[in-house]
Amino acid sequence: MSVVSPIREHLVTGGKTYHDVTEDICRHVEAKPTKEWKIAFAISVLVLLYGGGWVLWTWWEGLGVWGLNKTVGWAWDITNFVWWVGIGHAGTLISAILLLFRQKWRTSINRAAEAMTIFAVLCAASFILMHMGRPWLAYWALPLPNTFGSLWVNFNSPLVWDVFAISTYFSVSCLFWFIGLIPDLATIRDRATGVRKTIYGALSLGWTGGARTWARYEDVSLILAGLSTPLVLSVHTIVSFDFATSVIPGWHTTIFPPYFVAGAIFSGFAMVQNLMLVTRVVYKLEDYITLEHISLMNKIITLTGSIVGVAYITEFFIAAYSGVEYEKYAFINRATGPLWWSYFGMMFCNVMSPQVFWFKKLRENIVVSFVIAVVVNIGMWFERFVIIVTSLHRDYLPSSWTYFTPRMGDIGDYLFSFGFFFTCFFLFSKFLPVINMAEVKSVLKSSSEKKSNH
Amino acid sequence: MENTNKRYWKGIEELKNDISVVKNADKEFNLEGLEGGTYRRDFLKMLGFGVAAVSLAACNAPVRHTIPYLNKPEDIEPGIPNYYASTFAQAGSYCSILVKTREGRPVKIEGNKLSGVTKGGVAAHVHASLLSLYDNERSKEPTKGGKKTTWAELDKEVSAALASSTNIRVVSNTILSPSTKSVLADFASKYPSAKHVTYDSNSASALIEANGTSFGKAVIPSYLFNKANVIVGINCDFLGTWLSPIEHSAQWAETRRLSSAKGGKKTMSRHYQFETGMSMTGANADYRGMFKPSQEGAFVANLYNRIAAIMGVGSQLSVAKADFENIDKCAKDLVAAKGASLVVSGSNNVAVQTIVNGINSLLGNLGNTIDFGTTVNYKQGNDAAMNQFVAELKSGAVDAVIFLDSNPVYDHLLGADIAEGLKKSKLSVAIADRANETASLCTYLALNTHYLESWGDASPKAGYYSLTQPVISNIFNSRQGESSLLAWAGKSSDYQAYVKNVWTSSILNGKTWIQALHDGVYESPNATVLGASFSGNLAEAAAKVSSVKSSGIELLVFENVTIGTGIQANNPWLQETPDPVSKVTWENTAAFSQKTAADLGLEVGDWVNLTIGANTVELPILIQPGQANDTVTVAMGYGRTAAGKAGNVGVAMLPLLKGSATASNLWVGGAKIEKTKSGYTLAQTQTHETYMGREAVVQESVLSEYVKNSKAGRFEPMIATSDGLKKPYSITLWNGHEKKNHSWGMVIDLNTCTGCAACVVSCQAENNVSVVGKAEVARAREMHWIRIDRYYSSDAPEEEGYSVAGYKAMETASANPEVVFQPLMCQHCSNAPCETVCPVLATTHSSEGLNQMTYNRCVGTRYCANNCPYKVRRFNWFKYFENDNFDFHFNNELGRMVINPDVTVRSRGVIEKCSMCVQRIQAGKLTAKKEKRRPVDGEIETACSQSCPTNAITFGDMLDPESRVSKLLVQEEEGRRFQLLEEINVIPQVNYLVKIRNKDGVKKAEAVAHTDHSEHAGH
Repeated sequence: MSVVSPIREHLVTGGKTYHDVTEDICRHVEAKPTKEWKIAFAISVLVLLYGGGWVLWTWWEGLGVWGLNKTVGWAWDITNFVWWVGIGHAGTLISAILLLFRQKWRTSINRAAEAMTIFAVLCAASFILMHMGRPWLAYWALPLPNTFGSLWVNFNSPLVWDVFAISTYFSVSCLFWFIGLIPDLATIRDRATGVRKTIYGALSLGWTGGARTWARYEDVSLILAGLSTPLVLSVHTIVSFDFATSVIPGWHTTIFPPYFVAGAIFSGFAMVQNLMLVTRVVYKLEDYITLEHISLMNKIITLTGSIVGVAYITEFFIAAYSGVEYEKYAFINRATGPLWWSYFGMMFCNVMSPQVFWFKKLRENIVVSFVIAVVVNIGMWFERFVIIVTSLHRDYLPSSWTYFTPRMGDIGDYLFSFGFFFTCFFLFSKFLPVINMAEVKSVLKSSSEKKSNH
Repeated sequence: MENTNKRYWKGIEELKNDISVVKNADKEFNLEGLEGGTYRRDFLKMLGFGVAAVSLAACNAPVRHTIPYLNKPEDIEPGIPNYYASTFAQAGSYCSILVKTREGRPVKIEGNKLSGVTKGGVAAHVHASLLSLYDNERSKEPTKGGKKTTWAELDKEVSAALASSTNIRVVSNTILSPSTKSVLADFASKYPSAKHVTYDSNSASALIEANGTSFGKAVIPSYLFNKANVIVGINCDFLGTWLSPIEHSAQWAETRRLSSAKGGKKTMSRHYQFETGMSMTGANADYRGMFKPSQEGAFVANLYNRIAAIMGVGSQLSVAKADFENIDKCAKDLVAAKGASLVVSGSNNVAVQTIVNGINSLLGNLGNTIDFGTTVNYKQGNDAAMNQFVAELKSGAVDAVIFLDSNPVYDHLLGADIAEGLKKSKLSVAIADRANETASLCTYLALNTHYLESWGDASPKAGYYSLTQPVISNIFNSRQGESSLLAWAGKSSDYQAYVKNVWTSSILNGKTWIQALHDGVYESPNATVLGASFSGNLAEAAAKVSSVKSSGIELLVFENVTIGTGIQANNPWLQETPDPVSKVTWENTAAFSQKTAADLGLEVGDWVNLTIGANTVELPILIQPGQANDTVTVAMGYGRTAAGKAGNVGVAMLPLLKGSATASNLWVGGAKIEKTKSGYTLAQTQTHETYMGREAVVQESVLSEYVKNSKAGRFEPMIATSDGLKKPYSITLWNGHEKKNHSWGMVIDLNTCTGCAACVVSCQAENNVSVVGKAEVARAREMHWIRIDRYYSSDAPEEEGYSVAGYKAMETASANPEVVFQPLMCQHCSNAPCETVCPVLATTHSSEGLNQMTYNRCVGTRYCANNCPYKVRRFNWFKYFENDNFDFHFNNELGRMVINPDVTVRSRGVIEKCSMCVQRIQAGKLTAKKEKRRPVDGEIETACSQSCPTNAITFGDMLDPESRVSKLLVQEEEGRRFQLLEEINVIPQVNYLVKIRNKDGVKKAEAVAHTDHSEHAGH
């Protein structure tokens, strides 16, 4: 019996040298903004301003500007919250779990993915604030000493767990992202002059590039990866507890934690896919973000999409098997009730659409990948909407059954989060290196490759 | 420049070294011309000071005036309420009440338990009348031609005009007050041409007339529903609007109460209802049938014939035999319950009432369930006299007319004629509280007081008297109507002395005035029940009912429970109280049966043009289960034009009936229906009609089953465990809450709840519940802390349930459904799902079993509301007070006077819900503590339990074995007691008692027979 080791595809194509990498990535940071960037940034800021207006109006007038009612107390707010948190997960997964598993292909995408995580978590956090009736008292949800004026919190409440989960997640993600940025910031610093040198110099924390520094850098990365890994699982598990620990049929489900985590990774990868495909084209990074990357991402999307598909079917089975009248109705109502279209949207987008990636040709097709990634994110939004709204709108007492119709406030506040996310992302892509130069350099050549001449 | 002595000067003044030049030498610019103006620096100083002053002023809290008593009035302790007995008597609607005042301000109306008529029950519109006192849109001054005038001037001019008048009319609704009648007599003795004309918007004139011809007594007898074993209502909403609904409800409930105790009462009356639309009374009936308004006469005649045939007495009336759902069964039951049955009709048709009298006579009910010994005064309107008045007014024969607290231009069928005729009257005076539809057409508005500002009395029935006393001094420059009439009659306008005189001289019979005033009532009832002998002309009546011709769709206008005839239309509490049956707020609707709507191509959300002759109105439609086919029913009382912001909603219906021969009976045939638009959302507080077969929500059975097994209809879920099946309560994760002292709880009897919504308004008044308006109700954001869920039965067999088609079938109500009312407030769960999920502990459990809400701790995540299985939590989506978007009573200072100072007004962004009136519990405990005793059962009542006319809600301490609640729970423990959603083990403090219908079998078994009948009913 003989074992043939496959020859690995190059993770970075185009025969790039270390210097090429530095040039390719730094070019965008150092050059004047491109016209495309300006247009995209302007649109993002406009959306942010328009949405911000709605956010202010929501705070000024009250949550009545949304479409919620006595029966449906959460709809777009918490849908958006869970959706954004879920999107954030991919960043952590790519940087932490894939690091621990030594998946070198992650190096090209982890920087942008982590940035996305941070911005997405900020968007999610904005909905935590926004959904409160009295957001100016949001700090009451923190276990501050009584002398501060607030009282102790209710540790039984999943919302308090959320506060811990999200804040921990945000802190660790920020730290991880920033530590990873230091060597690259130092690279930029070394090439920069004037004010830029000062700023990037301050940000790079006196990075010398010495062997000892690199060793510590590696250690810290590993430790943070170790810290982040449980977070990937815990954050969305805890988010799912908001629903799983309740008594509402359709929420009260033990399957939620794994199902939410899979869904989060699913949507996060789709979002990373979208952002990377755009960046790849705009910044001409085809050699760094290769078809191999796209294909690998698509595989994970198909896998996680199928996992959530199984979860959807399991829910139905359990509802039927439980013998609980309310559970049965909740699920039949999801699929056939007045909000059937959202259920259909979810099933179509999340379970059916990623199955196209069983075909290699489609998996490596950039347009198809982009479209499916968008579809998946729409689907994942619908998933949260389905869980939240179709469970609430018809729960135990038929007398209170209602319908949910969004109003401009819902839409405006959602647009705000998009504006915020993309404004941040475009600022990031302009002023910080979108690809981790240091780590890419580490995967530049495989050992069998002949060293190019330079 | 070279050194030179050459000097330049600006002007001759400088050259001469003029004094003014020297004075201003140090100034760069000559500002003399600007003297008195503002300099730049001054401007900046002033600007700076101004900004500082304004910002300092803004830092101060707004000034709120609290004026301490210089001399504290006797009996008024700040913070301690005073109660005064009084009487609500409005257009014949009667209720004996207690008024709770705080610091001289009435804040709540409660029932007076000393009254033998209303027995402590209160109706929704009586509760709401409190808010009408603080109606900012009442007129503020007496007026002449719309312009402010003084009382002296008005009195002078009106007296002079009256003196020169030759044909004076005083027009009023039913007057229950003996003193007012005495005033009218005094007025008539001063002005001999004065005649008093009485009308009722929803008239019972025909009943009085028929009683006159049938029994020789043109009066309305007392109906003793409590003595009837079989009750038949024919287009008669006796629990909701007819004559004395509070009284009837209590009597009816007496016959419906059951006891699961050994040897307890296991009998109940059987209630049949035959009607066109689904009334609240019909919704409470055991058996129900439908007829079109034109078939009313045919129905009663057929019922008569069937009864006569079974009894084998009397001759058959010559009418065509017609079949109606349940008519045969009804006739059989009536005959079986001879002498202990009661047939009542709300018809305003003499022939129909004559036949009904014939039926009651045939059955021997006169003198048993119908008591001519105690006649009632609720309706005194005389249609003929009123019609004659209108004719005279139109002809110009009436030269002076005074409208005493009546508004016939709006609420009389001939309103348009009156409006026209008023132009011909030399003198027109309206004694009204605002420039309403009639008053605005009169020359003078003699501004009337609200009854809570007035003296008065009432005699609802022979031998029953009660007093009205003012509980607040006049808010506006008003004077009560009786004083005005006395002033014009040239007498002392001290009406308090007048009433006292009337009482001491002719009513009190030796009893003291003070005692009567304290009790609010004086009663010397006639104990003997008197009958009457029937001598009516049945043949003539039969001929009349046979001659009724009608075609097409028939329009029936009815009086609904909340708005009634529209007198109190400008009352946001009433407007926002959902109609007990349709659950619609803030407007009236055109109700069609499912079949008729389908025939006409109408769907939920459509609007239609409803045309009678030349008149067309546009209305949103309501698809109403239990409505007769080919009919449309619309409530009266809406469409006012001069009521005020809240009251000018909906469509006025009476003008449509004008000119029809059947108008006095409030229906007309040949209605044309035309769809105009669609996609409208009615402001309904409940949109789902059936309970989807969920036995953990509604539990019901029939009497025959209950007699055999007192747990009939009980749904007892069991949980499968490794040790076998167990009750949900026996498995728990929780440790429970220790209740050492009290455990406040409730028992709600579904058998006696009529759905009348009195508790809803009572709660709203007690707990400062916000009014949110039509648009917000349509968005399902009403704030009521207690709601009455109304479910219709569906025809779907239960086994179909767990399929898509099965669920769809269960969503559709039957064409003639069984109805159940279920009051629902916070259930105060012992394992409360809301408490665990609140991140900030804003909702917690008390040691007395209450789930309590801390408003100022709430951050408004709404998680508790989502996790509430009963959906009783309400969120403040907006700031509902001092907000122009919610321009109801909370948006003006006068309206805010109704606020109960013991209850916080909730701010924007917090959750609120039923507190089981914790402020009342605390007050009761405090009183007991001060007297060093434990609270006595009944001492502490919640707003809902206090006001319930049928005592369907019992509140008390479940740890006190002597409390009514504890006793009821013991009595029903192995009987009808259940808790909602028992299987989720939240263990509510609120218990329900299974609804038992007095039917032969459960609905499923009867379904076949039922469909057979419904085919006939449409003819």
